[in-house]
Amino acid sequence: MPISYYLALSAVLFGLGVIGFVFKRNIITIFMSIELMLNAVNLAFIAFGLALGQLQGQVFVFFVIVVAAAEAAVGLAIVIVIARNRQSLNVERINLLKL
Amino acid sequence: MNDTIARSILVVSLVKVVVLLFLVLTAVAYLVWFERKVAAHIQGRWGPYRVGPHGLLQPLADGVKFLLKEDATPAGVDRFLYFSAPLLTMTLAISAIAMIPFGPASIHIFGIATPLVIANISVGLLAIFAITSVGVYGVALGGWSSNSKYSLLGGLRSSAQMISYELSLTLSVVGILLLAGTFNLSELIMRQDGYTWGHLPKWNLLNPTFPQILGFFCYFVAAIAETNRAPFDLAEAESELVAGYHTEYSSFKFAMFFLGEYASMITVACLASILFLGGWLSPFPQTPGLDWTRYLPAGVLAVAGVALIIHGVRYINVFGRIALPVLGVILGALSFLCSQPGVIDDIQGPFWFLAKVLFVLFVYVWVRWTLPRFRYDQLMRFGWKVLFPVALLNVILTSLAVVMRK
Amino acid sequence: MTPQLVIFLVLAAIAIAGAVNVILQRHPIHSAISLISVMIALAGLFLLLESEFIAVVQIIVYAGAIMVLFVFVIMLLNAGAEERTNMSRMARYAGVPLAIFLLIELAYQIGAAALSMTPQPLAEDVTRRLSMLLFQDFVFPFELTSILILIAILGALVLAQRGESVPAKGGPKTIT
Repeated sequence: MPISYYLALSAVLFGLGVIGFVFKRNIITIFMSIELMLNAVNLAFIAFGLALGQLQGQVFVFFVIVVAAAEAAVGLAIVIVIARNRQSLNVERINLLKL
Repeated sequence: MNDTIARSILVVSLVKVVVLLFLVLTAVAYLVWFERKVAAHIQGRWGPYRVGPHGLLQPLADGVKFLLKEDATPAGVDRFLYFSAPLLTMTLAISAIAMIPFGPASIHIFGIATPLVIANISVGLLAIFAITSVGVYGVALGGWSSNSKYSLLGGLRSSAQMISYELSLTLSVVGILLLAGTFNLSELIMRQDGYTWGHLPKWNLLNPTFPQILGFFCYFVAAIAETNRAPFDLAEAESELVAGYHTEYSSFKFAMFFLGEYASMITVACLASILFLGGWLSPFPQTPGLDWTRYLPAGVLAVAGVALIIHGVRYINVFGRIALPVLGVILGALSFLCSQPGVIDDIQGPFWFLAKVLFVLFVYVWVRWTLPRFRYDQLMRFGWKVLFPVALLNVILTSLAVVMRK
Repeated sequence: MTPQLVIFLVLAAIAIAGAVNVILQRHPIHSAISLISVMIALAGLFLLLESEFIAVVQIIVYAGAIMVLFVFVIMLLNAGAEERTNMSRMARYAGVPLAIFLLIELAYQIGAAALSMTPQPLAEDVTRRLSMLLFQDFVFPFELTSILILIAILGALVLAQRGESVPAKGGPKTIT
């Protein structure tokens, strides 16, 4: 089975993640779209690793997962602070820095 | 030819899945009976006594009751999640048991040798942890979707608790992984074969390099918290939260949560016996002096059978006077079967495995009916400030011991 | 069709359907559930790609920890369904074309570069070799991630720490 199937799936998932990131208004869902993109990248890493017969791809995925965990912890803490201060999760209402 | 072999392997696997599913569901039902009996005797009561002799048919009655009760769905629930949460809990809890190896030998069914495990995968231990970690959603979503504040609080508490204790649970087995160097459960057991000074088994609990006593403590406490049982059952603390996350569940949906809880209890007990107590390995070395221990399974069954017959003929009602001796005779026949030359070696593994699992389950029940419930802040403080550092200390000490050994 | 292709197609269908559902659902908890199904389907695909360790880590860390955190926060904030607002001008005029462009670009690149690639067999005992790689060749980045996680924990603690608690007026509220 050719590797390109996996890569195509990875591209589709990444694209869907980008679309979610652009379209969604809820800050938590936007965050989830980022996780979706990271997952798509993980699939591509593993597929490429298998195509090259190497394990480095899997090591990268491991690091991506670790970074995603750290990112989720900090990001969700920020979400909690925003929700507490602004009483809203809608990104369009979080516009204090907007010109 | 190759095709027929593949097909027969498939058939045997299917048969194993069905048999194991049946056994697990029966075991779960009787675990409830066991817990009620032990609890009753701890508190100086009799426990279930009316349905069948010694309440032995109580699980059946409970099942019928769950099926016949009204299945109420409260207003304002999130229907999809409300229905899928109990299903998720039960399915995940039962499917984790597929990775548990029950014995070393391949048993022969219709001439096809098959090992006593359904899925012998190379990362079996991690796979079980993966399944239990997804099990949080059953509780969290069940609590959220019920549209009730008690359920929501129960779900919130339990998701925080399960995340916190999962860490200690995983860390507590790292010591064993350092000693054994494999994730495969069957291999993990085989590494524990052998006896220190000829008699003391080399189980991980008593490992000669570094005894995993701290690890066992952490594992056991974290496992109780992970299965949401007392003294860590804050998710369903009935004195504060009515019934916690399953307040709004009735009838068979509640039964699914119930089955899931007890099935995951069995899983963690099996895992405890595999990881720390040597799984299917016998505690006695097979030296000529201790050869008689091979007849222990048959002996235990025979004693139980005789006791049942003697007690049964004097039982208070007619049904018991017939049923108990019949059960005794069946046990006697099983005992005879277990002492036959062809069977005696096959039965050793499952017997010791079940004995250890039963012991762990007994301790589980014992703890539940002895210790009072933690308060939420105590629970979190204990998880992060005691259990987690102790598990970490165990990892450091074990790795030091492993390095020194080399 | 080989069995592998069938499994791939089923898992890919689940993953794509889940990803689409993440975008379509308006309530964040439904999006979270869809995302979890994507992650589990991806773990199945990792198994198909002979990397069972990463597959299991994917489920333990992503589905079992990170997404639980998301669900926990959604439940904690009592987040309601997403507010419908007009798309910002930026999203309408730049975001949509850019997303479509990105998809086409990715598809083109893969079509050009990766069609000829076929899986190379990995040697036996992938998990052991992976650990060797992680703790020998990549030990420095590995240690760096531990510092990263420490910083993340401290950051999350500092951020989420409540000052003086202000009692909410009028009972629990749904935040949108």
